[in-house]
Order: sequence, then C-alpha cells, then structure tokens
Amino acid sequence: MSNLSTLTNGRRSAEQITGDLVPQPFGKRGMIWVSVLIVLCLIGAFAYFRQLQEGLVVTGMRDYVSWGIYISNFVFFVAISLVGSLITAIFRLANVEWSTPLTRIAEIIAVSAITFASLIIIVDMGRPERLYNLLLHGRLQSPITWDVIVITTYFFISLLLLYLPLLPDLKILNGQKTKNLPWQNKIYTFLGSFWKGSEEQFKISEKAISILCIMIIPVAFCIHTVTSWLFATTYRPGWDSTNFGAYFISGAFLVGSGGVIVAMYVFRKYYHLEKYITELHFEKMGRIAVMLSLIYLYFNVNEYLVPAFKMKKSEAAHLEELFTGEFSLMFWFAILVGMIIPIFVMLFKAGRKPFPMFIVGMMIVVGAWFKRYLIVTPTLLHPFLPMQNVPDNYMHYFPTWEEWAITIGSLAGALLIITFFVRIFPIIPIHETITEQHEKAEHISVSK
Amino acid sequence: MKNNNNIPRRDFLFTGLLTAALGGCNDKKNPFAQDEVVLTGEKVKLLSVDGEVIEIDKAFLKPIPDVPHLTNAEEREGIPGKKFVMVIDLARCKNLRKCQSACNHMHQVHPGQNWIKVLGMEDADHTAPYWQPTTCMHCDEPPCVKVCPVDATFKRQDGIVLIDNERCIGCRFCMAACPYSARVFNWEETLMASQGGSEEHHHHNSGPTSVAHQVKGTVGKCDFCPEMTRQGELPHCVSACPNGVFMFGDLNEDTVTNGAETFRFSELIKDKAGYRLMEDLGTKPSVYYLPPVNRNFPYESGLEKETGDEK
Repeated sequence: MSNLSTLTNGRRSAEQITGDLVPQPFGKRGMIWVSVLIVLCLIGAFAYFRQLQEGLVVTGMRDYVSWGIYISNFVFFVAISLVGSLITAIFRLANVEWSTPLTRIAEIIAVSAITFASLIIIVDMGRPERLYNLLLHGRLQSPITWDVIVITTYFFISLLLLYLPLLPDLKILNGQKTKNLPWQNKIYTFLGSFWKGSEEQFKISEKAISILCIMIIPVAFCIHTVTSWLFATTYRPGWDSTNFGAYFISGAFLVGSGGVIVAMYVFRKYYHLEKYITELHFEKMGRIAVMLSLIYLYFNVNEYLVPAFKMKKSEAAHLEELFTGEFSLMFWFAILVGMIIPIFVMLFKAGRKPFPMFIVGMMIVVGAWFKRYLIVTPTLLHPFLPMQNVPDNYMHYFPTWEEWAITIGSLAGALLIITFFVRIFPIIPIHETITEQHEKAEHISVSK
Repeated sequence: MKNNNNIPRRDFLFTGLLTAALGGCNDKKNPFAQDEVVLTGEKVKLLSVDGEVIEIDKAFLKPIPDVPHLTNAEEREGIPGKKFVMVIDLARCKNLRKCQSACNHMHQVHPGQNWIKVLGMEDADHTAPYWQPTTCMHCDEPPCVKVCPVDATFKRQDGIVLIDNERCIGCRFCMAACPYSARVFNWEETLMASQGGSEEHHHHNSGPTSVAHQVKGTVGKCDFCPEMTRQGELPHCVSACPNGVFMFGDLNEDTVTNGAETFRFSELIKDKAGYRLMEDLGTKPSVYYLPPVNRNFPYESGLEKETGDEK
C-alpha cells in the first residue's frame, strides 16, 4: 500500500503537487475552529487583565506553592518545542529522507510553542513591567538568565529554520499571483521577493540550513536542560536530582513527537494530503515514538525508583503523595496514558496506522501536560520545615479560573499561530517535494 | 543619634514611620521649624503604631535629621565592620508569638502571612516536641541570592540578606530555592497601600527602608531590621520577646544580647551546644539555635496559642 502510494506520487507533475499543497482557505469547520480559539484567547487575555489589576492574588498560588500551572505550562511549551530540532535537524543529519513532509509541521510547532513559553513566563511574573531589569541588572549566575539566553537563541534559530526552507515555496507562490488573495501576495512579496532561486542563492541557503541544523541541537538540549535546572538547582525533594536534564529532554522529545503525530493526522485529514503524509510516515513516527517512550520511561524509573528505594524522610512524604496519596490518580494517569499504553499500542503494526496513532499522539500530549504539573506542584507542598502559621488555603493548591483561562488561552494561542501559518504558507514544503519526486522518478527510470 | 536617646522609643518609631512613609516631603529645608507650622489643608493617611489609620495635616510631616539617607548602593553595602548573628534559645520559647506580631506590625506584613513563624516541631515519633521560631537564616551561602536573575536579593557585607523591592521582578525563584521557606510573596495590594497610604511615597524614598519594604508583586522576608541595627538598636522580634528567646549581636564583637542579658557568642554556643538548621545543605546560616533542654516552659504551655490562633 505504501509502496503503491509512493509510486503514484512519483508520477505527479510539479503543477499537480503545487495545486495540492498551496494553502487553502478555511472551510466552515476551519472558521469554527478559528473562532473557538480566538474566543479562548480573549478569555485568557481578560483573565490576565484581571491578574494585572489585582496581582497574583487571583491565582491559587501562595507562599508554599509559589509556582503553579503557569510554570508547568511553561515547561510543557518548552518541551514540545524541542521536536523542531528533532525532526528538522537530527533527522536531517541522520539522512532520514522520509521526514521532508514533516519538517515544516515540526518547525511551526517549535516556533509557536517557544513563543508562548516566553509569554507564559512573563504572565507568571509578579512585576512583568520590570522585565527590562533582566538586561539592566541581569546576572549570569542565575539559571533564569541562562534560560532567557538559550530560549531567545532557540527562537531565532527555529524561526530561520522555518523561513529559509520556505523561500523556494514563496517563489512558487509569487509565481501564481492571480490565484492568491491580495493580502497573501503582499506577504509573499514582502518575505520572498528577493529570492530568485538562482544556483548561488540555493547554495547559500543550503549552507545556512546545514549550519543552523548543527547549531540547533546543542541549543535545543540547552533550553530544556536549563529549564530542568530551574528545579534541579534547588534543594527540594523531587527536584534535587542529577537525573533531571536527561529526564526532561527525553520527555520533551516524546511530547513533541506526539504533537507532530496529532498535527500530521489533522492536516492529512483536513487538507486531503494522503498522498504526501502517507501511512508510511505514521508507521515510521510510531517506531520513533515507541523508542522515545521507552527512553522516557527509563528516566522515570530512575527518577522515582531510586529515591523510593531509600525513602529518605524528605523524599518519602513527596513520593507517597505521588504513588498513593493526593496526586496518585494524576500520577498513574500520566505514567499509564502518557507512556505505557502508547508503548503497547505502538508496538503493534496495527497500532501504527494513522487513526490509532492520532489517539496515541493525543494521549502522549495530554499525559505530558499533567506530568509537568506533577513535576512542579507536589514538590512545593513538601517543604523541609512543616507548613504552619499560614492560612488554610496556603497548604493546598488548585488553579483558579483565571489560571485555567490564561493557560488554556495560551494553548489556544499556540494552536492559532499554527492554524494561521497553515492558512498563509504551505504546511508541506512544495519545492522540496517536487525535487524529491523528480529524483525518485529519475531513480525509478534508471533502475528500470 | 544623641537626641534620640531622650525620646521614648515608641515616639521615635512613630516619627520614623512617618518619614519612611512620606519621604516625598524631604525637600523641606528646615526640619526644626516646628512652631511655624502652616496648615496646608492637605490631609494624609498614616498607620499609627497601634495599627490604626490616622489622618494628619501634611504640614506636620518632617524629616528626622539623624536618620541617614542612604543611597541604594550604600544600603546594599551594609554596615562596615559588622557581621550580624542571631541566637534563638529553644529552651525559652513557649510559642507566645510576640516576636511574630511585632514583626508583622513593624514591617506591615500582609494579614495571614508571617516573616517569623513559630513552628511546633517534633522530629520523630518518640522525640520531644518543641517550639521553633524561624526567621530568615541570612545564610552566608544564600541559595536565594544565587538564583536571583536581577540581583534584587543580595548579601550585604554585614551578613544581612535583603531584597530590593524596587528591582524584584517577582519570578519567585528565590522562594523555590530557599530550603527554610523563609520567603513570602506580596500576592496582592500591600497593607500600606490598601489602607489608604500610598506605595508611591515609599517608592521615592531613598532612605534606609529603600530596599526593604513591601511592594505588590515582589518577595518579602525577615530582614534583621536593618534600619534598627543601623541605629544600634535590636530587631523588633528580639525586643518584643518577653522570654528573651532571641539574642542578636555581632560576630566580630563576639557578643549577642536579648536586651536584658548579654552573652559572649562563642561561649554561649559552646556551653549550650548551639547548632544551625540544615547544616548539611551548606547554606551556612547566620542564625544559631540552642537546643530545647532544661526548658523554662513545658511544650504544652504553648499549645494554647496554637488552638486559639488556627482555624
């Protein structure tokens, strides 16, 4: 089946491919989707407006749980953004050829996620208007400063890795001005009119992409390692772990690949891209996701089993809460739904078909979101000195509606960026697809 | 400093508070021109020492000449030649929480929050319970200072760890980093601002409280009362405690006092086997504890306060 589809693909002309892949206007369902996202964003914006007026008192955070879902959501965004480096850079350097149709999906997920990671961290600040102090008085010894530096770097590299491969496609889109809407033409001209597609330009662009692909890997490792260090550099039980960097990165690649799988399925279905995002792609992504789940599971075993074996006093209260206490339901949900069940589904060939993969992708992403919550909150409820002399609500944490609204709004905002991007730009690289088809066709004719 | 000794302390504190609250009036040239007060008709709300909001005419506000006005840089330096330490004698504590209320009051700590907590401790099932007041430990290797991205919390050369509330961005990394849970956050409008006083006046004050006061959206904590120590006075918790639990002093002089008794710091620590909290973390606190042996009060005598206080 997959062979057949690649064969028929090979015979499609450049015009057909372009016709298939140019951005499409939103249909009725698309409009509903966009409206819902915009409404969610507006509710989030209103909640943030309230928070700015009243202060962080509108959140459920208090002196013990001083970081809540804003921070876990931040970790989630940083995690999911790592997939850009995996699919664009690591696959490219490993000469994985089938990943071409997925690169742009991965890269736009990376860019929108890292954008909202930065925004949500500002939302968490008690004094966002003093952000400039980071430049004025920034101190290099603080892991937050490291995070600011590497996240900014990662954002720009990701943006370039999104933009440079887009240039040949912009030329194609600029070549069919009559088919585009006027505002589209304006964007295409502004972004890509300098690109003539000359051999020299291609050479420069190829070289730049190669350099960026190598650069982005250490930077990607840095952003999530440093994010893990925001926790691991403290003394607290559950955070005080040398395992944290690797644990975070393995989890990040897993949630990112889950995100890409979901996006692949949705775009394929909605834009009828079955010829481009084939079952083969789901099959391959499934194998990768199984591997990533197993790696993440391995680090989880390290993270929980080793302290649980010793049950040091400070760790014991925290671990008991996770395993059998207040957070046990969420904990086992995150472990089972986020890792174990996906592994079992994807181990079977039938589980790596598009629809089961879509479900598994959702499970991974949702499980990962709750996993981040579990990393941040329960630890803060187990300080070294007992929680006393504080009002009752200081000893528990449950996010308020403002926090939920802002968090959901940020997730909706990230999806909105991706949605608008797909409306404006081809989500599957047209030029690269055409080139690959030509190469394949030549290859087939030679072998015949 | 001289005329300071003559005025009763409460009065002094009151005027001090006025200056602190209304540093904006500092441009008045002659601070002694008391007899020629011309009422401006402009009223300002202030918090009295008794915790009541009072309204007085702006013309009555005047700067106190003997409170040195320090720049932010000077305040960050600290007092040259000093190394402040505190000793907390657990054998004397009966959970009266006078330290707590004095501290909360003098620092305008938000209701419900405390800079000083008196914890009912019991280390294991069969060990003796005791009351443990905890302040900021003013660590010599402060984990909070290490993680601050903007140098808003800093260690002074006299050992005090302070927060510059005009610089703090409210990221709360220091709160996560502090193993003693000493830090609190101003989640909402501060007491001063919400009772009618204005935070703005605080903001423009370059005086001794310029780096240690409550600002919404920033972190607060026990500050060893730097404005008191600069005048050679004891922190409020020390003087508020009727049982002499808190002893404060200078490591360089090797002396600590609770106001009534004065001790050689090194001898006190040696005789009573003083220790510090969580020594294994390497934070090197400036607060020492004396173990709860030969107690002045039974543990149970403190329970009364506990049940009366908590809901």
